[in-house]
Amino acid sequence: MTNMAEDLKAPDLTGGVPLRGGAISPEDRRHTTHRRSTRERKKRTTNVIIYGALVVLVVALMMPFIWMVSSSLKENNQVLTVPIQWIPSEFVWSNYTDIWTRIPMMGYLQNSLYLAVIITCLQVLTGSLAAYGFSKVRFPGRDVLFLCYIGTIAVPWQAYMVPQYIMMQQLGLTNSFNALILLQAFGAFGVFLMRQYYMTIPDELCEAARIDGLSEYGIWARVILPLSKPALASLALLTFVNTWNDYMGPFIYLTSNRLWTVQLGLRSFVGQFDAEYAMIMTGSVISVIPILFIFLLGQRYFIQGIATSGMKG
Amino acid sequence: MTTETITQAPGPARTTPHSRGNRKQARRNTLIGWTFILPNFLGFLAFTLIPVLAAFALSFMEWTSFAAPKWVGLANFQRMFASDSFWVALRNTVVYALGHVPLTMALALVLAMLLNRKLKGIGFFRVAIFFPYITSLVAVAVVWNMLFSPDSGPINQFLHAVGIAEAPGWTSSSDWALPAVIITSVWRDMGYYMVLYLAGLQAIPAELYEAAEVDGASAWQRFWNVTIPSLRPTTFFVVVMLTVSSFKVFDLIVVMTNGGPGRSTTVLSQLIYQEGIGEGKFGYSSAISLVLFLIVLTVTVLQFKIQQRRER
Repeated sequence: MTNMAEDLKAPDLTGGVPLRGGAISPEDRRHTTHRRSTRERKKRTTNVIIYGALVVLVVALMMPFIWMVSSSLKENNQVLTVPIQWIPSEFVWSNYTDIWTRIPMMGYLQNSLYLAVIITCLQVLTGSLAAYGFSKVRFPGRDVLFLCYIGTIAVPWQAYMVPQYIMMQQLGLTNSFNALILLQAFGAFGVFLMRQYYMTIPDELCEAARIDGLSEYGIWARVILPLSKPALASLALLTFVNTWNDYMGPFIYLTSNRLWTVQLGLRSFVGQFDAEYAMIMTGSVISVIPILFIFLLGQRYFIQGIATSGMKG
Repeated sequence: MTTETITQAPGPARTTPHSRGNRKQARRNTLIGWTFILPNFLGFLAFTLIPVLAAFALSFMEWTSFAAPKWVGLANFQRMFASDSFWVALRNTVVYALGHVPLTMALALVLAMLLNRKLKGIGFFRVAIFFPYITSLVAVAVVWNMLFSPDSGPINQFLHAVGIAEAPGWTSSSDWALPAVIITSVWRDMGYYMVLYLAGLQAIPAELYEAAEVDGASAWQRFWNVTIPSLRPTTFFVVVMLTVSSFKVFDLIVVMTNGGPGRSTTVLSQLIYQEGIGEGKFGYSSAISLVLFLIVLTVTVLQFKIQQRRER
């Protein structure tokens, strides 16, 4: 696992402002040896205290996850016991084999994966193309257009979900994946995120490529895209996770069971069998595992994406 | 942001001395620019921009799934202000925001200060605290609903253990359902804002702290006189983001309580959904949307003004 401290130090995050850790400063070297040794001893004690505090804190904050995993390995009547059983008396692994037949979990996972992959690909492709147009090509009306993009980011999605729904109804696209793909694949946020990154790539690079005879499309494909891998990864991961976790979109548009995503399937399972505590937790664990996997693979890009879009917004 | 774009990005070979060449170049640039933007713009125009504009227009029309749209002026708004369910939803949304914004902000800052140090394995702690933010909402809601079970849920067992005899009914009580939702959302969101605060903390020059220390400032004084003022831009951003997201709260409520018990956790977004998509009252629901948008806009502009005054 890479250290998030290093990720926050990526130069593109702060626009060149040098970053420092708060606690230990390199300036300490200037102090006398005597002061350093007392200071260092003090620091070591503080560190031990801080470690202890952090461990307690993180365990407390992770309690819901610990409880979720532990409950998923129990019988239903063992989940809500007094006192709490943190470690199941008997591990009921069969929950993890039974769930596939209790609900069409595989189908739900496939639907979620299908939507997330298609929407992510479209978003990254169209977003990075548009971002190139907005940052590296100058033409009249460009900045007004970009303001429109920014403006809609500020409008809550809930404020226009009804007109979107009417439109999809008229197009006959409700109860289909296409509605969700069309609604989510062309988001303004992706364009914004990519443009923020492209603005940090010097124009001289494009200029040099132009002199070498590359077309604008060639510059995008061969100069800009390879340079913007971190931003592409950020956008792809954020979009994938958002789509995977999305509840309201599928809730509004997908009515038939065979189209349901993991989130909808899990929610409906909870609604139907609200006493099947253990199996509900098993389903929750399964719905979280892909996200955990993706997060651990690309956590630095998540953090960078958030810091980029956040701090420069 | 826009001034930045204007000064940047000269088009290809703009040094051509002849104006005809310039014009040709400009036309070529427009064409090239649009081909890049078009694939995204078509989708954006059709499924974001037009619906946004339509939402404004619709709020002044009466349009149900059974009848053709007709212009009714402010009738939707009159009906809305006379409706009890609107005020209940507005109240719940405001209460949610008043709980969610300060709590998340305070905890995010505390966590960021705790985790802003160079220790072995600090990355693990950061990742762990950030993880709830990207966990699926349904799983989060389902787990917390069970943690909140009134009789034998872990939270009430804990409260009993520390001596609280009458633990709250949480999601089954109309008084405690909203606090339960707030606690869940604070837990889920604080990792995200912690990351923003961490970036803010790391941008504070260490010299400031050293100078304060030389002047004999205590840790507490350094916090109030160095950290807090230096973090002001971050705090501004965090407050705006948190407030906006609080007023938009929707899916967590739908999954956790679905507005209940009774109407005790119904929020504005949910009302828009019920009236617009549930009952097909397109015009009326758009009027509520407009109010939601205006609230979000006012809060943002207000905070922007406050921030500007402080900077002066």
